[in-house]
Amino acid sequence: MTSAAQNASVSSYLDAGDRRGFPAWILSTDHKRIGILYLASLAVLFFVAVAIGVLMRVEQLSVNPPPFAPATYNAFFTVHGVIMIFMFVLPGLPSVFGNFFLPILIGARDVAFPRLNLMSWYFYIAGALIAVAALFTGNGPPDTGWTFYAPYSLRSGTNVTLAVFAAFVLGFSSILTGINFITTIHRLRAPGMTWHRMPLFAWSLYGTAWIQVLVTPIIGITLLLVVAERVFGVGVFDPAKGGDPILYQHLFWIYSHPAVYIMILPAMGAITEIIPTFAHRTIFGYRAIAYSSIAIAALGSLVWGHHMFTSGMGELANTVFSLLTFIVAVPSAIKVFNWTSTLYKGSIELKPPMLFALTFIFLFSIGGLTGLMQGALNVNTHLHDTYFIVGHFHYVMFGGTGMGFLAALLYWFPKMFGKMYNEKMAAIAWVPIFIGFNMLYFTMLILGMMGMPRRYFTHLPQYHTGHVIASIGAFILASGLLLFFANLAIALIKGKKVAQNPWGGVTLEWLIPTPPPRDNFEEIPTIDDRPYVFNPEAAQ
Amino acid sequence: MSSSTHASHEAHKDYEGSKLGMWLFLFTEILLFGGLFLLYSAYRAKYPFDFHNGGQHLNTFIGVLNTVILLTSSLTVAIAISAIQKGNRRLTLLCLSATIVFGLLFLVDKYIEWSAEIGHGIYPNGPELLKLPDGEKIFYGLYYCMTGLHGLHVIAGIIVLSIMLAFVRSGKITSTDFNKLENAGLYWHLVDVIWIFLLPLLYLSA
Repeated sequence: MTSAAQNASVSSYLDAGDRRGFPAWILSTDHKRIGILYLASLAVLFFVAVAIGVLMRVEQLSVNPPPFAPATYNAFFTVHGVIMIFMFVLPGLPSVFGNFFLPILIGARDVAFPRLNLMSWYFYIAGALIAVAALFTGNGPPDTGWTFYAPYSLRSGTNVTLAVFAAFVLGFSSILTGINFITTIHRLRAPGMTWHRMPLFAWSLYGTAWIQVLVTPIIGITLLLVVAERVFGVGVFDPAKGGDPILYQHLFWIYSHPAVYIMILPAMGAITEIIPTFAHRTIFGYRAIAYSSIAIAALGSLVWGHHMFTSGMGELANTVFSLLTFIVAVPSAIKVFNWTSTLYKGSIELKPPMLFALTFIFLFSIGGLTGLMQGALNVNTHLHDTYFIVGHFHYVMFGGTGMGFLAALLYWFPKMFGKMYNEKMAAIAWVPIFIGFNMLYFTMLILGMMGMPRRYFTHLPQYHTGHVIASIGAFILASGLLLFFANLAIALIKGKKVAQNPWGGVTLEWLIPTPPPRDNFEEIPTIDDRPYVFNPEAAQ
Repeated sequence: MSSSTHASHEAHKDYEGSKLGMWLFLFTEILLFGGLFLLYSAYRAKYPFDFHNGGQHLNTFIGVLNTVILLTSSLTVAIAISAIQKGNRRLTLLCLSATIVFGLLFLVDKYIEWSAEIGHGIYPNGPELLKLPDGEKIFYGLYYCMTGLHGLHVIAGIIVLSIMLAFVRSGKITSTDFNKLENAGLYWHLVDVIWIFLLPLLYLSA
């Protein structure tokens, strides 16, 4: 891989431009600045949702009397879910690291539609503000759960309409980002960068973008219909008007299951970038990883029914969806095997990003396997709507996407800001995160097996010990997260300046100055080899 | 491929890229309506007779008239694009204006049609609608959602075409730089195509 000689005196994207201060950021169409905008907004919303999550665990510490009223607890789990899913995990990696690094990784100066890109961020902020408005206006925050199931979502007196509309607006942001990324990857790859020379993070973003484009409109129309039913009284899902609430569930999951892959694919992509760098070894099974991203995108769109095994949609449908669910595990497993094969005989350097990347593999595997268990119809009947489900999807969403996000942040932070965080502190923060995480969510798996139902504000005495352990785990986890982000915040202010390539990475982002210049490349590079080729000197 | 993609780096206008983006956006529009088509099929399978009866009460004449109007407007927007390519600005302006007028006519028709239904008490939570069997309630629910959402798209299309009209006037769209107009035309055709599906599903379902 060759790169044009880079001029070190080129000013970085952080200080280039005509405008100064705040407007320089919110009016910038630079993909890197937009990535940072997303990072800042996501971080704020993430901590709001974490705080609500901790409050939910406080609720379960005491049964009599419960610390918060039952209705408050309902609002907690709804708002926690809505913020985490629609505003953090879904946009997560694509909007932050995709925006910042996709053009750089494929050797482009920006995304295909820079103005549209900025508009996506405005849609995101508008959606977030509407969601916040839903909390403080009308008859209180929504209490339906993030799934907005009909008919309750049609009847609930709380502020469901605004919350649903917020999710609709956020969907716009997601679709526009997807369109932008697909077009960027098709049109703006550097000369010589064929599909099979494209870094795997870009492949995963490509698969993700297609899911975003193809399924987000379905949730869009579904949520619009809920709004139409609530505001105008149109009959579509309401059983009192001949509607079928099961159809709502179908439409909801036609989007929301593939959405799970919107969340996890980019995280898998980021892990695929990190592992070769710290194993100093080329990726094992490049094509298998690339095509499994596409296979996940395709198969993941056909398994939504496994959320509805107990809804009464019919035995044939149950059986087909159960089979497809087992099949969709194959491409995910392919990735896990390829990552571990990459590590094999690699020269592994356990830097903080690698630590979190390995944690991703471990926790995601637990999440994936517990997911497979629920794919079996009889087991599902027992586990449906229990804490087992809550534990499972937190292993995938948080253990997977969340850890992937943290790993990617540690990996690319020095490149994005030109400053290095305290590596030792990042590794120390990992300890409470890992211990707290497993105390919290593994306990949930056990509680679920014992029969603890989800979304209850209180619990029977036999579950109390488990709940206390989980709550303590939540506090440990939250303090670990605080430590993690405090470390990065300190680095932003007084971190040591970092060289162009602190980790010895070989993809294009490491071949340009740190932080990247406004136009990324002085001269668009010509690519003449596959990615992840480590020469022996770099491995030293 | 790679050398052609490289060219697009330096040029500020990548027509193929913007066309690709537009087609992706059109996919999302089709899928947006796709959700409604899915609901329509499921409910029609559940309530075949009620859907038959519901369709009988709709004004087929207005439905067909609107189809003729929209198809003609698709023709005029296509002529507008050909005209700008050949450098005939006057014809472009004329045809674009005609398209916008057709769009407005469509909305007037829709207004007359909806007013008549509402006058008969057939509207969401309307007294007459609530007396009807479940399947017809759903039929009219879908009728209002589908034609309503389509109507919003007609309005959006009219706005987009008006902006294009202004661009042609101000010389931002020319015989060598007409990509925006082409994309707007694509959008208008999509609005038309969706209507072509709505007509048989709703008005001819009897």
